[in-house]
Amino acid sequence: MSDMDDMDDGSGIIKKFMFLNRKAPHGTVYALEGLEVVLITAAFDQDVSLVFTDDGVYQLMKGIDTKGIEVKDFSKTYRALEGYDIEKLYVDRTSLDARGLTEDDLIVDVTVLADDEMANLMAEQDVVISF
Amino acid sequence: MPMVNIAGKEVEVDEEGYLVDLSQWNEDIAKYMAVEEKVELTDAHWEVVNFLREYYAEYQIAPAVRVLTKAIGKKLGPEKGNNKYLYELFPYGPAKQACKIAGLPKPTGCI
Amino acid sequence: MLHIVNKSASERSSLESCLRLATQGSAVLLIEDAVYAATTGNAAAAKIQAAAAGLKIYALGPDLAARGMAGRVLDGVNVVDYGGFVDLVAEHSNCQSWL
Repeated sequence: MSDMDDMDDGSGIIKKFMFLNRKAPHGTVYALEGLEVVLITAAFDQDVSLVFTDDGVYQLMKGIDTKGIEVKDFSKTYRALEGYDIEKLYVDRTSLDARGLTEDDLIVDVTVLADDEMANLMAEQDVVISF
Repeated sequence: MPMVNIAGKEVEVDEEGYLVDLSQWNEDIAKYMAVEEKVELTDAHWEVVNFLREYYAEYQIAPAVRVLTKAIGKKLGPEKGNNKYLYELFPYGPAKQACKIAGLPKPTGCI
Repeated sequence: MLHIVNKSASERSSLESCLRLATQGSAVLLIEDAVYAATTGNAAAAKIQAAAAGLKIYALGPDLAARGMAGRVLDGVNVVDYGGFVDLVAEHSNCQSWL
């Protein structure tokens, strides 16, 4: 949370930013750190796409219960993204299939892409930040 | 970290006075934090504080002010969903003050 | 020997190496991101199930739950809690962590 609402770098240039999430949620700190960066970036009014691929799709699993490992359940925070005007969420079919998952297993609405569609989405970005 | 005694209960706070364990929160703690922040709690303040607690319970984060303003406007009406209204209630910033009173962790993302 | 694996099988080769080198009758405990391998539909599931014929495969319940995977555990995999983890360590004379 920040009091510097509607912060703007003054240039008015909107770039295409992709945040690429490829790690499972709790084994490393990447997923949580990536999510925090995305929430902060939302203040800059850029064209943000959020991609979950490889083990990153596990970040969006429904039914997560972290009481037993005594860490915060930040899977709930992905549902706040819409309120931050971050509405472009993508996963790729290949990563879901390799894990026996479907979009119904995920906690938020996502667009499921084929490999060539994902490849094109990546290619058209100005900036790709990987977690 | 420092301990403070609030209504006969020992409560841990961080160096800036934020509650460390938000499950300990109760109205006495909110009132204590409000005195610390020099905010006189009215029903209008409670409305925002309770809203923040509900938001945190649902999403596990304290919202950015921009997001808080929009969400409050949606839930409580446009006359409340604006910066002027929220800053009148919490002059040193709804992020900083209302979160502290609501027992939420110190706002992150303030660069 | 108790083998402990904590890395995702889709990111590291530690589970594969463990299953290749664990001797008949050994125990393999999957914790942290390694638990995904023991869930239905996972690309590593067939390997786990084949290995379960000669090895005892365990997965840590709290780590499964924290990943939304508690309801997807493969048949033949034994779910243990932290107490069970301690018992496994105590029951085996030696232990290898595949980092």
